[in-house]
Amino acid sequence: MNPTPSQTVGPFFGFALPFEDDANAVAPHAAGAVRIEGQVFDGGDEPVPDALLEVWHGEQLARCRTDAEGAFHFTVTRPEASAGAAPFLNVTVFARGLLRHLCTRIYFPDERAANETDPALGRVDPERRYTLVARQDAGILRFDVRLQGEDETVFFAL
Amino acid sequence: MSDSELPSEPPYLHPDYRSTVLRAPRRELVRLPAEWFHHSSGPAYGRIPVRPEDADLTRQHRGEPLGERIIVSGRVLDSDGRPLRHTLVEVWQANAAGRYLDPVDDHPAPLDPNFTGAGRCLTDDEGRYRFVTVKPGAYPWRNHANAWRPAHIHFSLFGTTLASRLVTQMYFPGDPLMPYDPILNSIPDPRGRELLVARFDLDTTEPEWALGYRWDIVLRGRRATPLEAG
Repeated sequence: MNPTPSQTVGPFFGFALPFEDDANAVAPHAAGAVRIEGQVFDGGDEPVPDALLEVWHGEQLARCRTDAEGAFHFTVTRPEASAGAAPFLNVTVFARGLLRHLCTRIYFPDERAANETDPALGRVDPERRYTLVARQDAGILRFDVRLQGEDETVFFAL
Repeated sequence: MSDSELPSEPPYLHPDYRSTVLRAPRRELVRLPAEWFHHSSGPAYGRIPVRPEDADLTRQHRGEPLGERIIVSGRVLDSDGRPLRHTLVEVWQANAAGRYLDPVDDHPAPLDPNFTGAGRCLTDDEGRYRFVTVKPGAYPWRNHANAWRPAHIHFSLFGTTLASRLVTQMYFPGDPLMPYDPILNSIPDPRGRELLVARFDLDTTEPEWALGYRWDIVLRGRRATPLEAG
């Protein structure tokens, strides 16, 4: 059967889709929890204040709406490596102006050896792989999403 | 599943919808093998609260909202036509005057103190969902001169895998604004656009009470295993 086509989430989801403690799939101080912060930018390098990000791995789902600075954050249990693949988090990005959502992945900067042999990263132009790896910034893991431009984040087609 | 098998999906860049110009990615998406996702479990949305009253948007306040009371119902299916049981459906919409409760909406139409415009439900054993609400109004937006969105209800569904995640909009049959809407018309194939238009349904209509609309939703992907029920 033909899948139902996608349409943009639009600008007016903020009263409907957030839910209590949505950004924290686990308590921030739970054992093994990892917090990731970032910003979403458009092709004019402006923050995107009306995006919605979802992160999940395993049984965990975190949902976070960006704020006026395009900033988001979430806390999940840090994923573990699986056979032959580096640990990563699936991220989906919804926003006004995105007729279909985008899928990307967050890899971890302290998993360099595993990242080098990860099969999904292996399909990405080596010059662009850095856009998928979070960076340590004063003790905080940061991952920015750039919808366009020189540093455009790598997005995956499923 | 490749894009060539999905002629009804909108492109990312559709300049008639102005917001896509600075937000659509310009690089080609990196394709990962579909089988990597057929076996990955989908998002667990168990933390998203769903109460029985969330499916009736007309009973979330002390009084009844103004507007034309409607029932929107249908089935959620996978690509093989099999029902997705107990899967989460989220909806949100403008009120009958065409105004969202969202603080970002500055359209000078009245808010309705008896209408929030947000609902959730889980599909039943046959994959059916059902919402009671009021028909949303059309509203202007600033995409181009004299731009108006046709009446629509936003839907968000998870399904069973990463690839089945869907956010979309349902439209109403016969709406004269549809041919002018760059968001709906971003879908190149008219058959694809038709998939987003509900049909009026006398069987869903409840006598002396509410008009009924039917709209089935097909999510991409197949069930990973026969036991997986979403």
